[in-house]
Amino acid sequence: MECRGLTLRRGGRTLVEGLSLLVLPGERWAVLGPNGAGKTSLLLALAGARAPEGGEVLLRGRKAAQCSAGELADARALLADRWVDPFSATVAEVVASARYRFGDEALAAERVQAALHSLDCEALAGRDVRSLSRGERQRVAIAAALVQQAPILLLDEPVSHQDPRHQALVLRRLAGASATIVAALHDINAALLLATHALLLTGEGAWTAGPAGEVLLPDALARLFGTAFSDVTVGGRRLLFADPAQPPA
Amino acid sequence: MSVVALPSRVAAAWRLRRRRALLVLWPALALSLLLALVLGSVELQAQAMAFSIARAFSGLHDDTLAGIVLGLRLPRALVAAAVGGMLALSGALLQSLLRNPLADPYVLGVSGGASCAATSAIALGLGATAIALSSAAGALVALLLLLAIARRSLLGRGLEEGEGGGSSVLLGGVMIGSLCFAALGVGLALAPDGALRPIVFWLLGDLGGSTRLDTASAALLCWLALYLVARADARAIDLLQRGELEAFAKGVNTRAVQRRQVAVSAVATGIAVSLAGAIGFVGFVAPHLVRHRLGSDPRVVLPVATLLGACLVVLADTAARTVAPPLELPVGAVTALLGAPVFLWQLQRR
Repeated sequence: MECRGLTLRRGGRTLVEGLSLLVLPGERWAVLGPNGAGKTSLLLALAGARAPEGGEVLLRGRKAAQCSAGELADARALLADRWVDPFSATVAEVVASARYRFGDEALAAERVQAALHSLDCEALAGRDVRSLSRGERQRVAIAAALVQQAPILLLDEPVSHQDPRHQALVLRRLAGASATIVAALHDINAALLLATHALLLTGEGAWTAGPAGEVLLPDALARLFGTAFSDVTVGGRRLLFADPAQPPA
Repeated sequence: MSVVALPSRVAAAWRLRRRRALLVLWPALALSLLLALVLGSVELQAQAMAFSIARAFSGLHDDTLAGIVLGLRLPRALVAAAVGGMLALSGALLQSLLRNPLADPYVLGVSGGASCAATSAIALGLGATAIALSSAAGALVALLLLLAIARRSLLGRGLEEGEGGGSSVLLGGVMIGSLCFAALGVGLALAPDGALRPIVFWLLGDLGGSTRLDTASAALLCWLALYLVARADARAIDLLQRGELEAFAKGVNTRAVQRRQVAVSAVATGIAVSLAGAIGFVGFVAPHLVRHRLGSDPRVVLPVATLLGACLVVLADTAARTVAPPLELPVGAVTALLGAPVFLWQLQRR
């Protein structure tokens, strides 16, 4: 997947200016930035759901704007950050419906079960989606994205409603999938767990991209969020935390 | 219960639900039609009626019993079924497309638009097919206006989520409907003969004029054709009713499907209105009850709701004819008496 000179504007503000990025198969990108920086807009543009104000998005060499909805769905799955369930439906039905591009029902049932199981949602299979908590509904939506079997996963805040155990479960599952991932995240440490690369969006047009180890550093994050960051290594794991008590660098 | 079996059981369960529901509804429709033929200001014995029909088909046309059955009641019952089926289909589609369980072609003014257009076509002296087409066009205009109010455009790839699920759409629809019906009332009152019956027909529905078997057959064919077009998109509609972005992300060509199904809904409403006037609440009650009992999978809701709608209108029309003989109540009055309380109850529950 590639962006060339991607520019996104919203309500007169320029969110992203001239973003050029090459995402290679297997890479896992974390997109970080303050609220309103354009993370959701970027994901929608990468998904082909939103026309950028400038530049273009290419998926597997083809321009996203020229692909049909079906071709896009074969290339990428999108996890949105909110869900609308105006009617009752079971979890299994909702996840199974995500296999719109595939005709077979027997294989669908297997894949649905596997996806629900890997996200600890198997017990929810017969429940009404309207009765789920936001965290459960989020995992169901992730399962739906997984059964689509697309090589690229675009995820808008995949762990924002998850308790610590489920957060770790989802991140492990995503890291274990052999998919190419672009995920908008608020939790820096989730990004450190999941991502091989990172993209920082300031929300004023500027952006920084590169391998996670080079981009996710306390100074860069402090500049991005306007809060001091400290890093600490615990049990071999590097953690970053915001330290509002300290003045920003 | 094996955990492995569960999702496949649940995933294929829609076929089972549909089959069980259809096993109830087809006989229910047959029974309703039978009642419609048997009951009326002239009571008929089912057996005598069967003999009478047999005689009529074998060429003996001078039997009054056959005349009543074939000439009056059968076409009327068949048109009632087609009208109910098309209104329920339209309602089911509107509810899915607008993501609003309270949508109904009558409440949302789609029937009103159809009535206005149809009466204009009649005033211009156009033929039956042209009237039906104008009616469909009027329904389409009202529906497009409604979508504009719901801030959802069928043009372009913009996937901004509109407010179809909110009460603003209902309110907008009620306004469109009120405007159409008011214009209709004025137009008809100012018409040369100023007759009251046409006004009642267009505002409250009336199946008394459906006396031709060829119209009835055409109506049934339209119903079938529209159902098949709707049914073809059932899986896409299932995704669309949970959000346009969701559907697009899973590969649905949302713009094309929405355009197609808006057209189906408008044409179904238009034809139903041109045949029987504005019959309300069938388009709301039938799909709503089906969803309540059988879930929201359109592969189940579409066939079951359309048959349920057919039953409801046939029964309502029979009731309208037999409640106060020889008077005939407008069928829309009967459906409103039954449907409006259900609508209000559901509105209050939300």
